[in-house]
Amino acid sequence: MKSYSYFPGCSAEATASPLGLSVLPVAKELDMDLIELEDWNCCGSSPYGSVDKLEAACIAARNLALAEKSGLDLVTPCSNCFVVLHGADANLKQYPALKEQVGEALAAAGLDYKGGVRVRHLAEVLYTDITPEVIRAKVAKPLKGLKVASYYGCQLVRPNGFDDPESPHSLDELVASLGADAVPWELKAHCCGSSLVMPEQEVALRLINKILHNAQENGAQCLVTPCPLCQINLDAYQSQVNSRFKTKYNLPVLFVTQLIGVALGVKPDALGLSRNIVPPMRVLAPYL
Amino acid sequence: MADVSFIDEVCSVPGGEAIRSCIQCGMCTGSCPTARSWDYPPRQAIAMVRAGLREELLSSNSMWFCASCYTCTVRCPRDIKPTDIMHALEVLAIKNGLSTKRSRTPVMYQCFVDSAKGNGRVYELGMMLKLFLKTNPFAALKLAPVGLGLLLHRRLPLMPSRIKGIGEIKLILDKARALGGAK
Repeated sequence: MKSYSYFPGCSAEATASPLGLSVLPVAKELDMDLIELEDWNCCGSSPYGSVDKLEAACIAARNLALAEKSGLDLVTPCSNCFVVLHGADANLKQYPALKEQVGEALAAAGLDYKGGVRVRHLAEVLYTDITPEVIRAKVAKPLKGLKVASYYGCQLVRPNGFDDPESPHSLDELVASLGADAVPWELKAHCCGSSLVMPEQEVALRLINKILHNAQENGAQCLVTPCPLCQINLDAYQSQVNSRFKTKYNLPVLFVTQLIGVALGVKPDALGLSRNIVPPMRVLAPYL
Repeated sequence: MADVSFIDEVCSVPGGEAIRSCIQCGMCTGSCPTARSWDYPPRQAIAMVRAGLREELLSSNSMWFCASCYTCTVRCPRDIKPTDIMHALEVLAIKNGLSTKRSRTPVMYQCFVDSAKGNGRVYELGMMLKLFLKTNPFAALKLAPVGLGLLLHRRLPLMPSRIKGIGEIKLILDKARALGGAK
């Protein structure tokens, strides 16, 4: 069993609770020991870095300092936490003056970050460390016949991705390892509008509509994504898209850990499937 | 009036310095999923930094439409990371009190930061309510079905969660402020 320091991120406990819930039983089935980083704080997300660079670097660095004590890789299931924590670590290495300031600020709380944490996305860990082959061997209920559009979103693969930044394949391979059909489609790594959905809803709804349309026209019965923001936009705002564009989408949007969990035979309750806004039971019933 | 120090100002923000390498090819604008909403799309925004058009650009809605998708960043033939430049422009707009009222994004970002600072974790419901109260309370009505859906599916906790080390966060941020911003 391999151990990791685990950083759930704020949304995994709230708007993306189906993600937070489903990660744990899936990790257990796959012999991953996810040790939650004690008293982690918000990574700062993209907004903090657009308001104050030094404060944002400090907020992220507190988590890196806490994680460094464990000596383990810091793994997060959230694409935005991944980009922000990974970027903070890279910035501290690239800008010595910033590193000195952050060091002084952390010292005020008795903390220190030496630069030794490897920040990783859970989806990358599933792909690289666990591997689709091992997952395939553990599948209890093959998702035979289920047509799935793997939606990577942006920040899993850009700018620090482990996969092709525009034509990625890792999630498709994970989906295929479950026995499902990963449908080919074009917009798998296009932007959903992320948090612009709140301040600039019209812009985000247009992007969400394009993604749902492309998934549907390629025969997908559902989408899977690792990203909390993408899932909320495609799932919780799907009805808004339907009323805005006179569409009739009824496409469940699952977190990748939820789909893996179903194939591994984890009980639906433990995967938070009742928390998805577009009910996924219609397409998952044959496999539960 | 052109402000010759504007480019130095942008270069002084971490992530902003590569702007001098831009060759104005337009790959960023062509790749941007929201460019049609920007007052000045990414390529033009970068040209304006170099032309010293500080007030016009910092008070525009441009960079606030950046969704941080990083498509421009991975495609830029000069590796200048336009996404980081847009974030640097956002920082400068806020720092100089120039951020536009025509986009609700600056207010949202500030609500987000206040929430992250106040509790050590982001309290999403509180942040959303604050955003709409500060901008357009009626817009909240339009989003009420989304919020209600999340609430009914147990995805919108009514209470914030606060970390034990909130005192540490305060000490760290007080020190950061005393240091006077990223150098």
